[in-house]
Amino acid sequence: MTVTALTTAEDVPAPAPVTMTKALNQALRDSLREDENVLVFGEDVGRLGGVFRVTEGLRKEFGPDRVWDSPLAESGIVGTAIGMAMAGMRPVVEMQFDAYAYPAFEQIVSHVAKMRNRTKGQVSLPLTIRIPYAGDIGGVEHHSDSSEAYWCSTPGLTVITPSNPADAYSLLRESIASDDPVIFMEPKSRYWMKDELSLPVQTAPTDRAQVVRVGSDVTLLAYGPTVRTALAAADDGAEHGLSIEVIDLRSLSPFDDETVSASVRKTSRAAIIHEAAQFGGYGAEVAARVTEANFTHLSAPILRITGFDVPYPSPKLEEYFLPTAERILDALESWDWEL
Amino acid sequence: MTIDVPTSRSDRSLPQLQPVSFIGANGQPTEVPTDGLRIPSDRTLLGLYQKMVQIRRFEAQVTHLTRQGRLATYPSAAGQEAIEVGATTALAPGDWLFPTYRDTAALLTRGVPVTEILSAFRGDWHCGFDPNEYHTSPAATPLATQTLHATGFAMAAKLKGEDACTLTFLGDGASSEGDTHEAFNFASVWQTPTVFVLANNQYAISTPLREQSNATMLADRAAGYGMPGLRVDGNDIAAVFAAVTAALERARAGEGPTLIECLTYRMESHTNSDDPTKYREAEEVEHWKQFDPIDRLEKHLRSAGVLDDERAAEITASAEELATSVRDAMNTEAKVDPSELFDYVYANPRANLVAQQAKLEAELAAAAQS
Ligand SMILES: Cc1ncc(C[n+]2csc(CCOP(=O)(O)OP(=O)(O)O)c2C)c(N)n1
Repeated sequence: MTVTALTTAEDVPAPAPVTMTKALNQALRDSLREDENVLVFGEDVGRLGGVFRVTEGLRKEFGPDRVWDSPLAESGIVGTAIGMAMAGMRPVVEMQFDAYAYPAFEQIVSHVAKMRNRTKGQVSLPLTIRIPYAGDIGGVEHHSDSSEAYWCSTPGLTVITPSNPADAYSLLRESIASDDPVIFMEPKSRYWMKDELSLPVQTAPTDRAQVVRVGSDVTLLAYGPTVRTALAAADDGAEHGLSIEVIDLRSLSPFDDETVSASVRKTSRAAIIHEAAQFGGYGAEVAARVTEANFTHLSAPILRITGFDVPYPSPKLEEYFLPTAERILDALESWDWEL
Repeated sequence: MTIDVPTSRSDRSLPQLQPVSFIGANGQPTEVPTDGLRIPSDRTLLGLYQKMVQIRRFEAQVTHLTRQGRLATYPSAAGQEAIEVGATTALAPGDWLFPTYRDTAALLTRGVPVTEILSAFRGDWHCGFDPNEYHTSPAATPLATQTLHATGFAMAAKLKGEDACTLTFLGDGASSEGDTHEAFNFASVWQTPTVFVLANNQYAISTPLREQSNATMLADRAAGYGMPGLRVDGNDIAAVFAAVTAALERARAGEGPTLIECLTYRMESHTNSDDPTKYREAEEVEHWKQFDPIDRLEKHLRSAGVLDDERAAEITASAEELATSVRDAMNTEAKVDPSELFDYVYANPRANLVAQQAKLEAELAAAAQS
């Protein structure tokens, strides 16, 4: 294995505005540099650099043997990546859009998730499946799904979603380095978000949720695209004298019970916010497990502020569908605050 | 103005209709064109014969054990030994095999110990063997999925400049799955060193081939993906071995994948839990018996003078030994440790699994006390 040293301390550029796309691109680049077993392939990830430009310039730098455009077949992409991982590679594959990962569902749940278990630990699959997900970008149908619940209810998978550029870099680096397969969900509406950053950056480890705003009255649990919504709600809430704590879950599976419970015990109230439909959704799992662990510390039932139980709507209607700061605050008002 | 199109086709023409076969049902040479393949030596064939006899005996033994309830389920490949043994024997030790549930005989040929092979059929949760040790993937049950794994593995070998080829088995039913088509396409576009061995045994559980595909023959599909396709008599081990050997040579020379359709017949039920009389006539089974791969090779070897009664008796005895070892191994109840359920789900331990494991262990300890 040839290892090219990562940027040294002296090379670290001064903080500059970095988009999430750029951070992800740099994470891929640094992983490709560091380990020659890392491979990047998928639909249009080579010449075009991906429809969201996350893989821009990588083919040029690393050549078509490390970064290439695959035939257009998602099951094929994931299925062949499994074989490559079995042969000792670390493939990072892209599913072009959330709903287009579904053809690969069988490979992901039947093989990616289970290979390690089926072989009693003899074969692990260090495989990262990147899925741009969620809406709020005016996408036409099938381009805005939130599929996290499917992956999260599959033992054997790790499910990660960053909400900001620094985490995008750090979590993707960690995912690629992990011996467990990772479903890496990139919130499309956050791709163009910029933060002042100098890369490389290492944020908290994958399995830790982060308190991104401290408050004392209520805990909002958010991830990926809804962290921004939760923060907006916290701002608005503050104007009305409500002190809102916001937690960015970052890792959906595993779930950081510790950080979440500590916050809920402090505030005694919690709500979970996601874009995906509510029924049978990820929020139900969160509400149940947080309640089980903290029932006597809770002053109110845990709420879910989510998308409706309908297929993701057309661009003209998505503003009515997406959870908003206003809806969050309305929901919080439904509690009996005297308790 | 006309559109620019190539004026000539590449050399990948459609396979010949008549399946390639060296040794006919009567043990005599056939008149079929052999598509440039070389018949294996009689010495090689004798070795293959011995393995087929052992495996037939093994299959019978295991089917019997299933009836006794020693195994949860078993999909027999009786009648298909030529494909299993012929194709797998052609592999080099460093090549990788990607089998399905019906390829127990291939696992045996690969050297995987009987007890390890059978642990999954006895009801254990894992595949039973170390894939890295035998260069063999766990047998895939979701149909056709393994064809992509074989393609990806071969791609990695190619990228690393390693010599390894991959071979994967699939059935006529599996050939209708999307993954099969994706694998053919990926392998051909990437020119991976992969051999697809399609065991066309005429049925997918109860669905006959004519309701599975309207194609003249499944090997034709290769042409649509730009790779060579070949149709061989799957009950003639000489043809299977020769075809796979040639495909592996091509693969090793960097010439990409090959599809080999092997025509055969499944003599037993799909697994012990279905009733084949519901979907096929006894005459059909009788008809196929005439093409039995073992009888046919035996006739050939006897007439070639490389097999006599004494040698045949030795081979039968060695098969009997294998059957005895299978019986003995299955007589002892497999030990399962429920606590192990949690150990191999993730490389990195997880709090929720650790907690559930502790709970189960406490339950077990309490049960042991009472
Ligand atoms: C994706 C998928 N669908 C359905 C099944 C259930 N199933 C198991 S074997 C089988 C028939 C397969 O037939 P074929 O590919 O011809 O192989 P054979 O069993 O004849 O060897 C079916 C439908 C399965 N295992 N996987």
